[in-house]
Amino acid sequence: MDKTIATPAEAVADIGDNATVMIGGFGGSGAPIELIHALIDRFVKTGSPRNLTVVNNNAGNGHVGLAAMIEVGMVGKLICSFPRSADPRVFTQKYLAGDIALELVPQGTLAERIRAGGAGIPAFYTPTSYGTELANGKPTAEFDGRPYVQERWLKADFALVKAHLGDRLGNLTYNKAARNFGPLMCTAARHAIVQVSQLVPPGTIDPEHVVTPGIFVSRVVEVTNPAQEELLNRAGATYP
Amino acid sequence: MTASDDTKLSNAQIAWRAAQDIADGAYVNLGIGFPEMVARYQPAGREVIYHTENGILDFGQEPPAGEEDWDLINAGKKAVTLKPGSAFFHHADSFAMVRGGHLDVAILGAYQVAQNGDLANWSVGAKGVPAVGGAMDLVHGAKRVAVITEHVTKSGEPKLLDRCTLPLTGVGCVTRVYTSLAVVDIEGGRFVLREKLPTITLEKLQSLTGAELVIAGPVADLIVPEL
Repeated sequence: MDKTIATPAEAVADIGDNATVMIGGFGGSGAPIELIHALIDRFVKTGSPRNLTVVNNNAGNGHVGLAAMIEVGMVGKLICSFPRSADPRVFTQKYLAGDIALELVPQGTLAERIRAGGAGIPAFYTPTSYGTELANGKPTAEFDGRPYVQERWLKADFALVKAHLGDRLGNLTYNKAARNFGPLMCTAARHAIVQVSQLVPPGTIDPEHVVTPGIFVSRVVEVTNPAQEELLNRAGATYP
Repeated sequence: MTASDDTKLSNAQIAWRAAQDIADGAYVNLGIGFPEMVARYQPAGREVIYHTENGILDFGQEPPAGEEDWDLINAGKKAVTLKPGSAFFHHADSFAMVRGGHLDVAILGAYQVAQNGDLANWSVGAKGVPAVGGAMDLVHGAKRVAVITEHVTKSGEPKLLDRCTLPLTGVGCVTRVYTSLAVVDIEGGRFVLREKLPTITLEKLQSLTGAELVIAGPVADLIVPEL
């Protein structure tokens, strides 16, 4: 078994129009910049993939990564919890112009919906959002005297995730708080595509330290010294 | 209180007052922005473990400029540091800590708080881009949910109300409010006054509050050091 792919471009080559794509990261930490930029490169050259539904905690920052995807016009809908950042202009302008749809989900509910999608649980109940406008239209029920809101699983065609160490079997570790949504998204996507900062031989990662077991991962591509979104933005970078 | 403004507490002083109520050994989540300031005023001798919902337990203050690691940030996306005993975890575990009732205290900001404990702190209505983050999860997870806030808005309108007029973050979730003028508990659907600035009369305080302030037991002077 060998899940390694030579380049980010090849790793994302089969993501097509209208696909649902989960993208890891919380703000810039864990943002898989090279995989995102490979997807943007193909869109700029061929006009595809277009009308993507993207699942991410945020809505991009500055003019790189997810913000650049939105800016070039390949995202039709965003499912996220907090579409604001230090520099949210790209999303804000598209949203206010009606050019992009937004499904706003409380952060813990977003995480749990993804977890449920990966675990084969079609729906669950949470106290979060009960009595608020984000619960409008959703079934509610009382358990042990407290009211709860029914939420549904969230699944995707693809996940783009940044990890730290990875092996050809897809076993992964992450770097500090860059872990965030990565392990969940790997479980909930039909194909989890992971960029790792270092590809290592199987056995190098202590089985006690594996965070994402390889069964959840379809493709691994090594990107040494990956770009950090925060540093790109501080340098005023734009993409493409 | 500062010499220039003895009519209300500064944000730092509100944060200081809230910090005094966090017990030794508590697990605490501080909302992004103003509530983050509470960590600065943790009383000496107490060990408090801070949770940030993006996936760290027991993080420390920000590093010196130039030493930031942008994979090591808090929920406000500011660079932080680790302490001996820190732990990383993914988002589902992080919100299991929140929703599962494992946090002792969450301290959040507010646009409005109602006397039944309803909180509005995420949306000012239909204009602009809505953003909720983890606030709706936090209000239903922590064993104690406290709010720190100015007592009135910038234009002088009460923020403590009989009912919230802005979109709710959660219903019946807040149990204590630390304001720039007073400390108020929410008990049995009422605001119960616990402390007030010695320089403000009860009548004046009531006039700045949008629901009845109930006196049930002693009302202490709200005394906070200059910061």
